[in-house]
Amino acid sequence: MQPIQEILKNRILILDGAMGTMIQRHKLEEDDFRKGWFENHPKSLKGNNDLLSLTRPEIIQDIHRKYFEAGADIAETNTFSGTWIAQADYGLEKFVYDINYQSAKIAKEVADEFTRLNPNKPRFVAGSIGPTNRTASISPDVNDPGFRGISFDELVGAYKDQVNALMDGGVDILLVETVFDTLNAKAALFAIDVVFEDRNVKLPIMVSGTITDQSGRTLTGQTTEAFLISVAHMPLLTIGLNCALGASMMRPYLQVLDQKSSFGVSAHPNAGLPNEFGKYDETPELMAEQIKDFLEEGLVNIIGGCCGTTPEHIQAIAEMAKNYAPRKFNLG
Amino acid sequence: MSINTKATLKLSGLEPLIVTPQSNFVNIGERTNVTGSRAFLRMIKEGDFDAALAVARDQVEGGAQIIDINMDEGMIDGKEAMVKFLNLIASEPDIARVPIMIDSSKWEIIEAGLKCVQGKGVVNSISLKEGEENFIHQAKKIKRYGAAVIIMAFDENGQADSFERRIQICKRSYDILVNTVGFPQEDIIFDPNIFPVATGMEEHNNNALDFFQATKWIRDNLPGAHVSGGVSNVSFSFRGNDKVREAMHAAFLYHAIKHGMDMGIVNPTMLEVYSDIDKELLEHVEDVLLNRREDATERLLELAETVKGDGKKREVDLSWRNVPVNERLAHSLVKGIVEFIDEDTEECRRQFDKPIEVIEGPLMAGMNIVGDLFGSGKMFLPQVVKSARVMKKAVAYLLPFIEAEKNGVRSSSGKVLMATVKGDVHDIGKNIVGVVLGCNNYEVIDMGVMVPFENIIQTALKEKVDVIGLSGLITPSLDEMVTMAKEMERANLSIPLMIGGATTSKVHTAVKIEQNYTKGQTIHVSDASRAVTVVESLLGHKKDQFILDLKSEYARVREHHEKHRGAKQLLSLESARKNKAKIEWKQKDCFAPVKMGITRFESFPLDTLVDYIDWTPFFQTWELHGRFPAILEDEVVGEEASTLFLDAKKMLAKMIEEKWVEARAIIGLFPANSVGDDIEIYTDETRSTILNIQHTLRQQTKKTAGQPNNSLSDFIAPKESGIKDYIGGFVVTTGLGMDDYITRFENDHDDYNSILLKALADRLAEAFAEKLHEIVRKEFWGYAADEDLDNLQLIKETYRGIRPAPGYPACPDHTEKVGLFNMLNASEMTGVSLTESLAMLPASSVSGWYFAHPQAKYFGLGKISEEQVADIAFRKGISYEKMERWLSSVMH
Repeated sequence: MQPIQEILKNRILILDGAMGTMIQRHKLEEDDFRKGWFENHPKSLKGNNDLLSLTRPEIIQDIHRKYFEAGADIAETNTFSGTWIAQADYGLEKFVYDINYQSAKIAKEVADEFTRLNPNKPRFVAGSIGPTNRTASISPDVNDPGFRGISFDELVGAYKDQVNALMDGGVDILLVETVFDTLNAKAALFAIDVVFEDRNVKLPIMVSGTITDQSGRTLTGQTTEAFLISVAHMPLLTIGLNCALGASMMRPYLQVLDQKSSFGVSAHPNAGLPNEFGKYDETPELMAEQIKDFLEEGLVNIIGGCCGTTPEHIQAIAEMAKNYAPRKFNLG
Repeated sequence: MSINTKATLKLSGLEPLIVTPQSNFVNIGERTNVTGSRAFLRMIKEGDFDAALAVARDQVEGGAQIIDINMDEGMIDGKEAMVKFLNLIASEPDIARVPIMIDSSKWEIIEAGLKCVQGKGVVNSISLKEGEENFIHQAKKIKRYGAAVIIMAFDENGQADSFERRIQICKRSYDILVNTVGFPQEDIIFDPNIFPVATGMEEHNNNALDFFQATKWIRDNLPGAHVSGGVSNVSFSFRGNDKVREAMHAAFLYHAIKHGMDMGIVNPTMLEVYSDIDKELLEHVEDVLLNRREDATERLLELAETVKGDGKKREVDLSWRNVPVNERLAHSLVKGIVEFIDEDTEECRRQFDKPIEVIEGPLMAGMNIVGDLFGSGKMFLPQVVKSARVMKKAVAYLLPFIEAEKNGVRSSSGKVLMATVKGDVHDIGKNIVGVVLGCNNYEVIDMGVMVPFENIIQTALKEKVDVIGLSGLITPSLDEMVTMAKEMERANLSIPLMIGGATTSKVHTAVKIEQNYTKGQTIHVSDASRAVTVVESLLGHKKDQFILDLKSEYARVREHHEKHRGAKQLLSLESARKNKAKIEWKQKDCFAPVKMGITRFESFPLDTLVDYIDWTPFFQTWELHGRFPAILEDEVVGEEASTLFLDAKKMLAKMIEEKWVEARAIIGLFPANSVGDDIEIYTDETRSTILNIQHTLRQQTKKTAGQPNNSLSDFIAPKESGIKDYIGGFVVTTGLGMDDYITRFENDHDDYNSILLKALADRLAEAFAEKLHEIVRKEFWGYAADEDLDNLQLIKETYRGIRPAPGYPACPDHTEKVGLFNMLNASEMTGVSLTESLAMLPASSVSGWYFAHPQAKYFGLGKISEEQVADIAFRKGISYEKMERWLSSVMH
């Protein structure tokens, strides 16, 4: 299989869309999150989507399949909350290995299936590494700004477990995403570096930050360029942005990355902003039309979707991206 | 597009710092270092992290591009202090915007620090001191944490002290870093040791020169690497002679930079400008630095004796009286000296054809200096107000001459109308804004307080003003401002409208005011120091763009607010009531007052109030931020705060001595029980006749588990409990008699003292309320007869019982004042009246209730629903519309 670095030189790669939005379509109940694994678990598990890779793997497989059918080159594993820190709320710290390993395995099987069908379009699996639900740079207690709910060392430990399990499960890429606190991301990169050294294997790394609003800053206050500088000590495949913003609002910050980054640039925006009911209602056509601007300007190497996007969105984006050349950059 | 930006040192805090060959010398702040600053060490030792943060902030504002933080002190836990300080900095965006330099000789502290910074910082420092293995381990870790590194020229044999040793160690370190560790070249910074010169020891004579040459060699031979160092070391021999030290630092830097040093730790206050150094001194200093002659050290020591007097001593120095009159005027303005202003103004007047030219020429030039200094943070508000006093006096002196000529039309930058809106009497903030604008050559038409909108509009048209500024402190004023905007729209005006005052906000302006005035622009001004920039932007040549940006910003605020509103659900009134504070009612917690009924206080001794003053808000009035008394020693504003405090104490002494104001109060203690969210207050213990009903509002925001939805009525025993409970009410004032003095100051063009007096009277009123509360707790109610608290404990409100005020967070409903005042017959008894917006007049007054239950506590009401507004309107027997007008600021 051609390495992803090579393919990236020749065309824009398509990342898949939202996992959560697709899971919602299934109208799952508490039982679905327990089946076969957590029948007697004392806490409610509904909404802990990562568990579905264990309890309802066929649903997750099917979602990956739909995105690949829509034209995605890269599928993200169903592991956004696959750290003990995020699972602690459910009392499932012990199942982090299973979640990551199985999620990676499921995604990889479907990817391989599609690659076999069309070897000219190899499919990849990116292990999704979320930000956890705690921040290393902000105090959860407004009255005690020096306090921290999580330490750097705890984050490194949690991320090491996740990365090892994802790699055991066969992922091709590691995707540190939805970075709202760069210190959390630096802990993830630290963990990845340690795991790479331990295993003596290196995988391509994608890092994707979240610019929370039009202040142009991350939740912890960094500008896009400061964010880039803060994670550039690791050799990355791409640096990018995802979540919080729709495509058109994301554009100015992608321009910054385009100008300043010596890595590839990725983007997976939301389907617009949530409406008053918390739903994303930007249509595939509307979103693709905005993404056309990115493509015309040559801003991106990898493009996909975050909250609210569906296979229909990814298909519209993939169709659009076919017609454009990728952003030029020197692969290190 | 992509630029190959390899080999450029890039650092980050919240914002990037890029060090290219073209960038200027990078200045590293050095004061947050316990080994270098005794003041900073003291703050860390005493745990005064607020003050420590102020030092960091001051450095960043002063131009430090990186801040060096060092906690290496035997007496403190360096690791803990480093982590705590870095964590605190992370929540201070104005500090965290620059990269952090983690400075320690202990690896343990460095590593702890690296775990706290989200940006790309610098480690200061590591070296080959403990061998290669250790060095490699540390460098690898630093790379993994994502930081740049300073390498000391130090190896197993000690510190490099010659050119050869320096380059040998630096080369060896570099090769290991680049080849073994894979450290990015551009992230390597060398510190080739700056050592003292002119020590009297011959082997030190080449110290500076070796540094320069090593610097050049590093820059030429080690690609990408940078050079840094701590400059003040070089002048170590001349401690105590700042003049020589400052010259040495400047000359050293000049040569070091020429040789390729591109960053360093430099104390900007200990630095002379190279070109300003006395020629003879410079020559002697350079002789030493460049080791140009054998007797260089002796010659510099000799010369140093003669230039000793370090210019930092300040006596009453009248030498400025000898400079030309223009400069004297500027001096008086900048320093706020009124003493010579009449005579200087007169002298100047004789030099010009027309008296108006004195204003437009030298006086305005002086005020421009003041404006610039204020704008760049080098002067503070109290100083500016003093400058304005000097300016006003000069103008007043010239006025008769100008009028005699009848042709003097002063050219100002623009006309600004200022007014406190109808129903509101608070004007300190408005007056300060007026003064600041006046200082910047705007003509200010101050219409005073309680100004109805029709008068404002009339005056605006008649005077052809360029901007209207509205001020207000109490919440009903917000509604008045909305009315004002609508009326301006109706009157077809397009004059920009500024909104300011304590309860105003950008959100309120955007959501409630701005869109009602489409023909002109409305803008919220958050504090006095921003007023000038705002007016300049509104009137300047880029105003179209400015207004466009504002409009979109406010639209965004509205959008955001709307979204937020949708997302945040309020509880129904019924569920909020179900979640009331759970109090187990016992008769023993409801203490029967020792003296029931009304008591009046007249001419209360003012001197007994002084100890009860909470000074922190006083300084806030002057936009000096910090806690009292620490603020007096604050590195940035300490000096100015101390001056102001001295002036305040002097005036306070006079106020007391000469009885400028009279302190009056009325208190009342009554039987009471709660009925739902209302409090029934009875005439006597039979509890058969209702004297007054106070209607309270209940929090409706969804609380976390265990947290109640509070209402003040919850702190009074319910009627059905059968428990006998009580409530108190009070009105105090210290504003009576003050107007005469205010008028006197204003006639004397003395805004400074006028504002000072008002601010002091406000503080006295609060102090009186505090004092009276204590008397009530100990004597009149008597439930805390044994209480013994000092002022700080009082300010922190550690006692039992609360005294919430209508119009403030726990009860934003001003209309409750009416019942309170009637119940106490307060207007007649104290002379405090209520305006149509229910502000108290005189302004220096406080009113409220006393609650004594041990579980009574202060809370903020937050937003309430229309349902509750309808409910309270019904309970009060007034229309929904009327109630809505009073409560609009807290409605969801």
